[in-house]
Amino acid sequence: MEYNSAKIEDFRDIWVFCEQRRGKLMETDFELVSEGRKLADERHSQLVGVLLGDDVRDLAKEIGAYGADKVYVISDPALKDYSSETYADALCQIVMDKKPEVLLIGASTIGRDLAPRCAARLHTGLTADCTHLDIDMNKYLDFLKEASSIDLSTRKFKMEDTNLKMTRPAFGGHMMATITCPRFRPCMSTVRPGVMKKGTYDEAKAASVTVEDYAVSLKEPLVKVLEIVTEEKKGVDLLGAEVIVAVGAGISRDVEKGMALAQELADALGGGVVAGSRPAVEAGWLDHELQIGQTGKTVRPKIYVALGISGAIQHKAGMQDAETVIAVNSNPSAPIFEAATYGIVGDLFEVIPKMIASIRAAKEAK
Amino acid sequence: MILTEKYQLLRRNFRNFAETEFTDELQKRLDTEGGYEAEMYQKMARYGFTGIKIPVEYGGQGGDSLAYVLMIEEFARVCPVLAIYANTPNSLGGGPLVMCGNEEQKQKYLPDIAAGRKHIVFALTEPGAGSDAGGTLTTAVADGDDFILNGRKCFVSGAPIADYAVIYAKTDPTAKGSRGISMFIVDLKLPGITIGKAEAKMGINGYPTSDITMDNVRVSKADLLGPLHDGFRMAMKTLDGGRLGISAQALGLAQGCLEEAIRYARERKQFGKPIAANQGVSFMIAEMATEIEAARELVYATAVAKDAGAPDSSMKCAMAKYFASEMANRAAYKAVQIFGGYGYIKDYKVERFYRDARILSIYEGTSQIQQLVIANTLLR
Amino acid sequence: MKIYVCVKQVPDTSGKVAVKENGVLDRASMKTIINPDDLNAVEAALQIKDQEGCEVIAVTMGPPAAEGMLRELLAMGVDKAVLISGREFGGSDTFATSQVLAGGIHHLGLEKEDIVFCGRQAIDGDTAQVGPQIAEKLNIPQITYAGEVRYENGKVYVKRMTEDGYMRVEAETPVLITCIKELNQPRYMTVRGILECYDKPITVLDYPTLENEPLIDKTTIGLAGSPTTIFQSFTPPVAKGGEMLEGTTQEKCDTLAAKLAKAQLL
Repeated sequence: MEYNSAKIEDFRDIWVFCEQRRGKLMETDFELVSEGRKLADERHSQLVGVLLGDDVRDLAKEIGAYGADKVYVISDPALKDYSSETYADALCQIVMDKKPEVLLIGASTIGRDLAPRCAARLHTGLTADCTHLDIDMNKYLDFLKEASSIDLSTRKFKMEDTNLKMTRPAFGGHMMATITCPRFRPCMSTVRPGVMKKGTYDEAKAASVTVEDYAVSLKEPLVKVLEIVTEEKKGVDLLGAEVIVAVGAGISRDVEKGMALAQELADALGGGVVAGSRPAVEAGWLDHELQIGQTGKTVRPKIYVALGISGAIQHKAGMQDAETVIAVNSNPSAPIFEAATYGIVGDLFEVIPKMIASIRAAKEAK
Repeated sequence: MILTEKYQLLRRNFRNFAETEFTDELQKRLDTEGGYEAEMYQKMARYGFTGIKIPVEYGGQGGDSLAYVLMIEEFARVCPVLAIYANTPNSLGGGPLVMCGNEEQKQKYLPDIAAGRKHIVFALTEPGAGSDAGGTLTTAVADGDDFILNGRKCFVSGAPIADYAVIYAKTDPTAKGSRGISMFIVDLKLPGITIGKAEAKMGINGYPTSDITMDNVRVSKADLLGPLHDGFRMAMKTLDGGRLGISAQALGLAQGCLEEAIRYARERKQFGKPIAANQGVSFMIAEMATEIEAARELVYATAVAKDAGAPDSSMKCAMAKYFASEMANRAAYKAVQIFGGYGYIKDYKVERFYRDARILSIYEGTSQIQQLVIANTLLR
Repeated sequence: MKIYVCVKQVPDTSGKVAVKENGVLDRASMKTIINPDDLNAVEAALQIKDQEGCEVIAVTMGPPAAEGMLRELLAMGVDKAVLISGREFGGSDTFATSQVLAGGIHHLGLEKEDIVFCGRQAIDGDTAQVGPQIAEKLNIPQITYAGEVRYENGKVYVKRMTEDGYMRVEAETPVLITCIKELNQPRYMTVRGILECYDKPITVLDYPTLENEPLIDKTTIGLAGSPTTIFQSFTPPVAKGGEMLEGTTQEKCDTLAAKLAKAQLL
């Protein structure tokens, strides 16, 4: 069969689907636009944002501010809130008409609903949850040098390759794979939120962005939205927490200060939960619900910080599956260091304030 | 024994159920507070566990003894007391009905038992009679369409939560020894029945055990189970199945001990190395594992032999129960030993395993009674 | 009324270690499992079956060995198991896979009152793409991230979970719903189900059976036909391992912050 999507020479420009909820752009949009800008420069093409909603034209400026040359706005009351059907109809219509080479979509619950539906209709490939994108081969090889264990000196690559190279984790993160879509266009990719670096807001670019309205014809969707509810995050969710700072007997010298430092560190790490080892819980410093270990909870956060915890196996049993473990202990032979990704030997009351400052500085630099 | 795909899948399903449903929190609560977890019994019933050996035509699953021992083993590996929940309706409780019940009795009782709607327990032991049935003092005297039962049964596992009990009573006072005893299905709501207070036990907490006292209890003749005056022989047959169940429970408990011990021996460090690096510890593990493997082969082979009607299957049931329960006690002892001081602390599962193991070589016939059965078979 | 459930056999990537009876690592048992989210889809289908008495059909695309997984689903209460298997389908990406699965469902017959359930995503790829792509190919609406599902009189009522809350939606059948693990707790197999599942037939749809299926374009299935291709795969260079940070306290903290930033953890 012949597909329009196979006439790849007809497709140009880098597009970003800009997701808005309740008239507000998502943080991921800015990350994707910033990343898209780099790709457009590598490809010497235009960066275009596409914005769907009802009365959302004003948001186009913001998209421009992060680097878009142009924004297509599709305004329609039927697009006010997300619907798989109307959004897919609208996005597919404009894509089939304008033919972008690359289409990036944030991997939110909306993006991951919309992108596959569109890819199937547009007859093209889609790569999910990408963590890294390249077009230029030199840049890609630089990336491989950094991020892989491949010996590049033994490998030959076609340096003129201009396909979008989409890298993502596979097999639960045990491996990485770079995916391309060589025969069909657009190359579609969803990108994990928080992965790409957001650029800076540029007032001049915001003012100069071209905004173009685009009209689509939409059918009444078959899935009817009855209600949309936004929920505040509440309570302490130890099991779901991405960051956990756990305290142990090591804070006994000044419990109040130790707890405060732990909370401050958790906040600096992007908002986390303070928990404790069994001795800390039994001393009454923390609620039993917050105990980690054999007789407490088993957690697997992204970051686990163990402060003044010696690391008995009973404790390790509850946290050894954490992705990154940072251990601070004054005893260099404390077993917690065996379970740690990074170990710091020192007095936690001295280390933690400095650690908080370093982390804050690193975040600002980003 | 190499299990076929079907039995492997049964095992995996039992294991998945036990590991998911028998939470540490539930196990600790049952151990410290006792009582009974009715909700868990219902969950087991939903998947057919409470009726695994009951025939399909009576609402059961129609499984064989091998499927049954796999279930008890896997449940006991995680929680020995919860293994009893699934055991009773399939062995001592439901077993006599399946074996001796007439069609009417089976239709009346088994579907409710298989589905977990009703509980049936086994009441043989008396204050003055355990393995020695000759001391049975409970009497049943025919009176019109009924029998009138009087007496007291003790250590009845599950009595406080049961709807029915299979009760053994002397129907022929002139007969000597184990003769002249009959089985009755007794509705525990009948007038004249008193259920005693749950005993405070060393282990196996969470499945209450108590007395049943009968004071002129009228039981319909329709509830006489099996042949009149020949109940004791039936009790012994029931106990074959029961002993196989206990051997599987012992096997599972020992397996649980072994896994706990291996994990701990690898992780616990002393003198700069895991304690598993010490031969004193590693040899204990080797011994546990070898004994468990030997018991497993014996238990599975006995299950198959029993279903095949092998002539020596009664003896094999006694051997399996004797060997596996003694072995489980040795395994629990070693597990606690490997854990050291921690093994003596209630937060650690081996402490509970150790207490739970102790009953295994006692109930459904002590090890000495099993030896007696084996010896009598060989020397008769 | 029929309910199709799309399932996948996946390698167990959870890292949970299976220990054999003798205490050693059980690699054989770790090899493949039913994709966890798919079990939630099966449960959702079986709950509607409990309520409505309809037929539940599990469909998978995979190697002949996927039969074992299908037997487990039969033991849970699924009525019919369908294995789409053929070398021609091997190596398919999500686009190609969804085409084949949609083709299989179309071949078996999708009617007005039917529902298709999928798991949200498979743990080997984590793409969450196949469900919506099947819906598109079958030309039926989709509801993803279902956290609650209710069926009543030909309509489904779904609580669709989002990052910041949820939305309640309704749709008439036919509809495709993708399920998250919070939706339900999958039931276990029943003993009788296991005892009987090995005697039940498995429907096999091979390539010649589906070759002329209108929803399948032969040129875009399998490894060669898939739109996406693996350009390069690799393992990250450094494994997790205790690294003691050196220097003054200030230097240690700066090094740590830099490493966290580089690992995208800040």
